[in-house]
Amino acid sequence: MAATRMLSYVEKDTFVHHLSGLTKLIFFLAWCITSAMTYDTRILLVMIAVSLVLFVISKTQWKQIAGVFKFILLMMIINVIAIFLLSPYQGCEIYHSKTVLAPFFAGHDITAEELFYLFNVVIKYFTVAPSIFIFLVTTNPSEFASSMNLIGVPYTVSYAISIALRYIPDVQDDYHRIKNAQEARGIEMNAANAKLSERIRRTSAIIFPLLFSTMEEIDVVSNAMELRGFGKKKKRTWYARKKLTKADYISIAATLAFMVFALWFTYRDGSRFYNPFA
Amino acid sequence: MDPIISFKDFSFQYRQQKSPTLKNITLNVYPGEKILITGPSGCGKSTIVHCINGLIPSSFEGTITGDLTVDGVKPKDEGVFGMSKKVGTVLQDTDGQFIGLTVAEDLAFALENDAVEQDEMKERVDKVADIVDMKHFLHHSPSELSGGQKQRVSMGGVLVDDVKILLFDEPLANLDPATGKKTIELIDRICHDEHVTVIIVEHRLEDVLWRDVDRIVVMEDGQIKADEDPDHLLCTDVLQKTGVREPLYVTAIKHAGAVIDPGDKPQHIETMNIAPYREKVRSWFESTKPKVRENSNENALEVKNLTFSYDGVEDVLSNVSFAVKRGEMLSIVGKNGAGKSTLSGLICGFNKPTSGQILLDGKDISPLTIKQRGEKIGLVMQSPNQMISKPMISEEVGLGLAVRGVEPDKIKEAVNDTLKICGLYPMRNWPVSALSFGQKKRVCIASILAMKPKILILDEPTAGQDFRHYTEIMEFLKKLNREMGLTILMITHDMHLMLEYTDRALVLCEGHLLADDTPARILTNDELSEKACLKKTSLYDLAMKCGIDSPSEFVDRFIAFENERKEA
Repeated sequence: MAATRMLSYVEKDTFVHHLSGLTKLIFFLAWCITSAMTYDTRILLVMIAVSLVLFVISKTQWKQIAGVFKFILLMMIINVIAIFLLSPYQGCEIYHSKTVLAPFFAGHDITAEELFYLFNVVIKYFTVAPSIFIFLVTTNPSEFASSMNLIGVPYTVSYAISIALRYIPDVQDDYHRIKNAQEARGIEMNAANAKLSERIRRTSAIIFPLLFSTMEEIDVVSNAMELRGFGKKKKRTWYARKKLTKADYISIAATLAFMVFALWFTYRDGSRFYNPFA
Repeated sequence: MDPIISFKDFSFQYRQQKSPTLKNITLNVYPGEKILITGPSGCGKSTIVHCINGLIPSSFEGTITGDLTVDGVKPKDEGVFGMSKKVGTVLQDTDGQFIGLTVAEDLAFALENDAVEQDEMKERVDKVADIVDMKHFLHHSPSELSGGQKQRVSMGGVLVDDVKILLFDEPLANLDPATGKKTIELIDRICHDEHVTVIIVEHRLEDVLWRDVDRIVVMEDGQIKADEDPDHLLCTDVLQKTGVREPLYVTAIKHAGAVIDPGDKPQHIETMNIAPYREKVRSWFESTKPKVRENSNENALEVKNLTFSYDGVEDVLSNVSFAVKRGEMLSIVGKNGAGKSTLSGLICGFNKPTSGQILLDGKDISPLTIKQRGEKIGLVMQSPNQMISKPMISEEVGLGLAVRGVEPDKIKEAVNDTLKICGLYPMRNWPVSALSFGQKKRVCIASILAMKPKILILDEPTAGQDFRHYTEIMEFLKKLNREMGLTILMITHDMHLMLEYTDRALVLCEGHLLADDTPARILTNDELSEKACLKKTSLYDLAMKCGIDSPSEFVDRFIAFENERKEA
């Protein structure tokens, strides 16, 4: 039953998979920082292009990320609508001009500047999202922990995160097992006729058993870890850590060089916006 | 020689408990010894393990009096980390203690925590993988491994530290019988080859005795009742008195009225000197009545050519057909992954069969939803924690009726009736959290019974239960079966359960129905037992050694005799 699970690591033989987790983590962080700091449309478009290329190279499948991607899309739409409703002339302020394309309602005219600003907001989402996906689906979770540890996160924290990721499939299985058994008792989740309040009440029939059996498991896991010396020393080594290869050094260097260039390019005229209206 | 583990007048009381769990224990274990600690649940045997590995008092707080020395140090001073260099603990839960993402990483876990360099670590992992026979699985993830393989990884994960003492906390609890046998063989090999001292805590005595142990320590109520070599111990009545099941062949010889002499080496049936007992066993066999329990009812459940596949490529079940008569008690056996749970899932409607039919009282149930099937077929999951969602007992038992919109008065009536049947009526207003594991299990069964199903399916009803609780749960199910005419299907690894309580067994192996026969005949069939990872009963060996031509008849009569004694 090797169903593809959402956002989980899948072993594949690609250039991106062979890179060390550290390299991918640095790439991911550099991408986030750069895209948070720049509003230069040209830079953002280049970043999207790079992300998409990596996406293809890493052979990431749509079904691996579809669910989360849709969720991010929803957040993005809410964000864009909220910006337009709350500050419809934000774009005009930024680009110091006002080109009304169509009157909408009082104080909410649709301007080219606002549309361009919102376009930038949208593509920012599209630069960051793929880099997260690539990082998650191409990085072995235990290597993930070791990479976080390398950039200074305490190993207890990074290990806790990776073990949580590792147990997600187990919890999902448990959830299905409990849901089935409760459904057999008559507690239906998907009943179309059930009222919302009723559904919430019924959800508790799954959540509590799930919580109790998970807590039981956590107890065992933490004892097992302690018995084998987890947390004994300040430092720890990692079996799964990949040694950095030439490809890693080149990738890291290229990533950092791009970031420096992007920030210089963005801020060279003292504004982080690219202004096509000037 | 000085003992490597030495308890002197040692007592321990958990902080949240009113009386001590261990009372004035004095016990010496010598280097290289292999000791079995046994006794009913709550006798303190797991507590002893936690005292040795240091979890007591650092994780489980409480008061210690007396003295405990392990390899020259005191666990309470060294703590868990200090002890982890000397003592390796293999826990009961094979999934919970698999921490790494792959076999190699799990084996390396202790070394990683010790900040061993990667090159040395890889070398040591390879070496230990060799010892536990997992060399070819280094990059497998836990989901790709069987229970037995996971357990071998757990053993490797503690052996990698060059420990001197290995502790096993109920190593057989989650394994099928054949895998359990292999585990015992591996423990034995490690004990000899790696020169470690081994302590096994287990109540499945006969299975542990598949290989020699030096001594058996029997505990009851926090005290040591016996500390003897197996040959002597099996000749006494200590086990019976403490509620630990002795090997079946020993019980059979005792039933035959013989007194076993330690000199005949009763530790293993294979090598035991049977000659002095042969005549008594034979005449006992001839004097007992065979078991007769005819069932000429109609079929309650019928499965026809059932095939199922998750991915459309590999069949998890293929072409399975059988029928269950009303009022039957039936077991479904086979190793992990043989398709047992898939079968119960199909009957309950969690998955749709790829082809084939399931008939309930002669009617095809394919149009019925999970909920509709649930009114006729009740499923009880293995762990009560997977089912219980209400804080109060009566609420939990009435839940199935409440969501079906039954009136409160009628719910109350049905709940009270069910609680009376289940012996839980006096506790009806208790919170569920105040119950013992066995009682919680009964609440789960009650919550299903309240809906008055015709068929009850139980997944491992007695897993992890000691003999006393096992008997309690099984006698309760038997009562439901006999008095209410309930049809009961049980998925189990327990060969005793299958022999003692079921009329018939379905043997599944890799998705195929390998046999559909009486338990006695299945468990006296060499070839079948091996193929399906079952364990032939030792009664078979006894019958053969006594020259009885019909070993399955011998098994049947033994069970009938036992039941009669229980009822008397």
